[in-house]
Amino acid sequence: MKRFKTILFMLAAAPVLALASGHDVHLDKAPIDLADHESLQRGARVFVNQCLNCHSAGYMRYSRLQDLGLTEDQIKENLLFAAEKPGETMAVAMSKANAKSWFGATPPDLTVISRSRGADWLYTYLRSFYRDDSRPTGWNNLVFDKVGMPHVLWSLQGEMVAVHKKVGEHEVIDHLELAKPGSVTLAQYDGMVADLVNYLVWMGEPAKMQRQQLGLLVLGFLAVFFVVAYYLKKEFWKDIH
Amino acid sequence: MSALQKLMTWVDDRFPLTATYKAHLSEYYAPKNFNFWYFFGSLALLVLVLQIVTGIFLTMNYKPDAALAFASVEYIMRDVDWGWLIRYMHSTGASMFFVVVYLHMFRGLMYGSYRKPRELIWIFGVLIYLALMAEAFMGYLLPWGQMSFWGAQVIINLFAAVPFIGDDLSLWIRGDYVIGDATLNRFFAFHVIAVPLVLLMLVVVHLVALHEVGSNNPDGVEIKKHKDPVTHIPLDGIPFHPYYTVKDIVGVVVFLMIFTAILFFTPEMGGWFLEKDNFVPADPFKTPEHIAPLWYFTPFYAILRAVPPLFGSQFPGVVAMGAAIVVMFFLPWLDRSPVKSIRYRGPIYKAMLAIFIVAFIGLGYLGTQPSTPIATWIARVFSVMYFSFFLLMPWYTAIDKTKPEPERVTG
Repeated sequence: MKRFKTILFMLAAAPVLALASGHDVHLDKAPIDLADHESLQRGARVFVNQCLNCHSAGYMRYSRLQDLGLTEDQIKENLLFAAEKPGETMAVAMSKANAKSWFGATPPDLTVISRSRGADWLYTYLRSFYRDDSRPTGWNNLVFDKVGMPHVLWSLQGEMVAVHKKVGEHEVIDHLELAKPGSVTLAQYDGMVADLVNYLVWMGEPAKMQRQQLGLLVLGFLAVFFVVAYYLKKEFWKDIH
Repeated sequence: MSALQKLMTWVDDRFPLTATYKAHLSEYYAPKNFNFWYFFGSLALLVLVLQIVTGIFLTMNYKPDAALAFASVEYIMRDVDWGWLIRYMHSTGASMFFVVVYLHMFRGLMYGSYRKPRELIWIFGVLIYLALMAEAFMGYLLPWGQMSFWGAQVIINLFAAVPFIGDDLSLWIRGDYVIGDATLNRFFAFHVIAVPLVLLMLVVVHLVALHEVGSNNPDGVEIKKHKDPVTHIPLDGIPFHPYYTVKDIVGVVVFLMIFTAILFFTPEMGGWFLEKDNFVPADPFKTPEHIAPLWYFTPFYAILRAVPPLFGSQFPGVVAMGAAIVVMFFLPWLDRSPVKSIRYRGPIYKAMLAIFIVAFIGLGYLGTQPSTPIATWIARVFSVMYFSFFLLMPWYTAIDKTKPEPERVTG
């Protein structure tokens, strides 16, 4: 009974919670192109080098990267840091207990993160970290307030700071500004994040391109079948009045 | 006598093969005036077969274990040959089953297919609908995502609202104090064998009853009233096979075009068929921001939420939700109109049916949304409209001004 009330309360409070978790933040459109193998390969490299240190992709096998035009040897030489064989899944070396004590929560598995969060959210999120000394990591995020994850890519992007404006009584963040440049320009950083998100979307469903190609064939077949079925029906029904 | 004829004779002496074929296909006489709405019965059968076949292949790789279930679904999506296709067929099929069944039921409402002598067909149909809801609900737990878990949590907790025995009842259903491995295992057992068996048997009796009395038609008149004096074949009847088999093939192809367009190009259907949150593994410690059942349950969910609690108990809402389905069983006896089909009904019935459709779709939409005070009041209005359709039916169908039915079907 108590649990039921809690759930009802949560249902009632849902719109408030939705606002609190920043759903009103504007999301930038991620430039997704699953046919662009070069972008996907670059994204895979960023993913393996940066994300895989703390996040796993536990349902994704390294060998599947062959779909992106890489050979097994290329995968072994360039991308296989945390595993022995390309047939293994993208596990993470960090233990769950360590992760919990370092970040307050286990970093989520990223295999299907693009399917739960959406590409636009990821693309905006990875470009919305800013300095916030009140946070234990020293970082905060516009789309995910008080996020446990630090800005892992800060040496590339540089340090962003929040510029505030006054709305009535309250100070709110208007936009972010580059305070200390990183090793690449902001445009280059955006391009890198675009590659990474492109890769995350691909990894969320590696069969997606195959699915759409097959879909065209199936619909083509059904269109032909429809003509046959339609005239067959017409022929049989000729004498029914 | 050819070898084939000899074989058929041999079989027919031992099993009524030819007789069954004749009774249900080549000499089952269906009205010749079936329209668009008559495709959905055979389509429901098609989807049932599709769900069973894809389901069999899914169980070959799915693991009904709270620690492995989510990963095994992703394994099917990635590592099993054509696994993604089978899984999407099954998930798309689940929603399309309800699309087809809702249209099939609406056909029954429009043409009075539940009226005497087809009361049992209708009752078996409502039972199929109930079994289908149980099947869909338990199947949705199996991927073990956040929505699987929390959706099941909300629904099972409805049973906890039953006075006195509620807590024990929900505990008994879950098999644990929380939804866990025990719940997943029993839901798996029900989803893959118990409920499908019930469904199949109900579909058989639904069809047996239909073929006993014969199909209704858009005019709502009995074709058996006018038979050929010599052959005793209804004058407006045509053999189901080949006429309706070839016609249904056209319907099947069009249906499959819609089905495969969804399956291949937007299997999530914008979150209506596969919810975003269900790509996050179940986490008992993290409640999603917004829990809503899948779209086919939301009309009833909205009724549940529309009823105010009594003495702090949600039980009245649960009763109302149950009543919304139970009332369907009484439909054949609530309708007192002298005619069956909407074609010959008066304006009141047409208006009530329109109100019912608006209420049902409106409730369905509200059930997907977070409840706000305004939304709750609109849901209350819709709930009253929903129940009025049924409960006022004995009155408004009796006073409604109907048109005379034709003697024969009008084509």
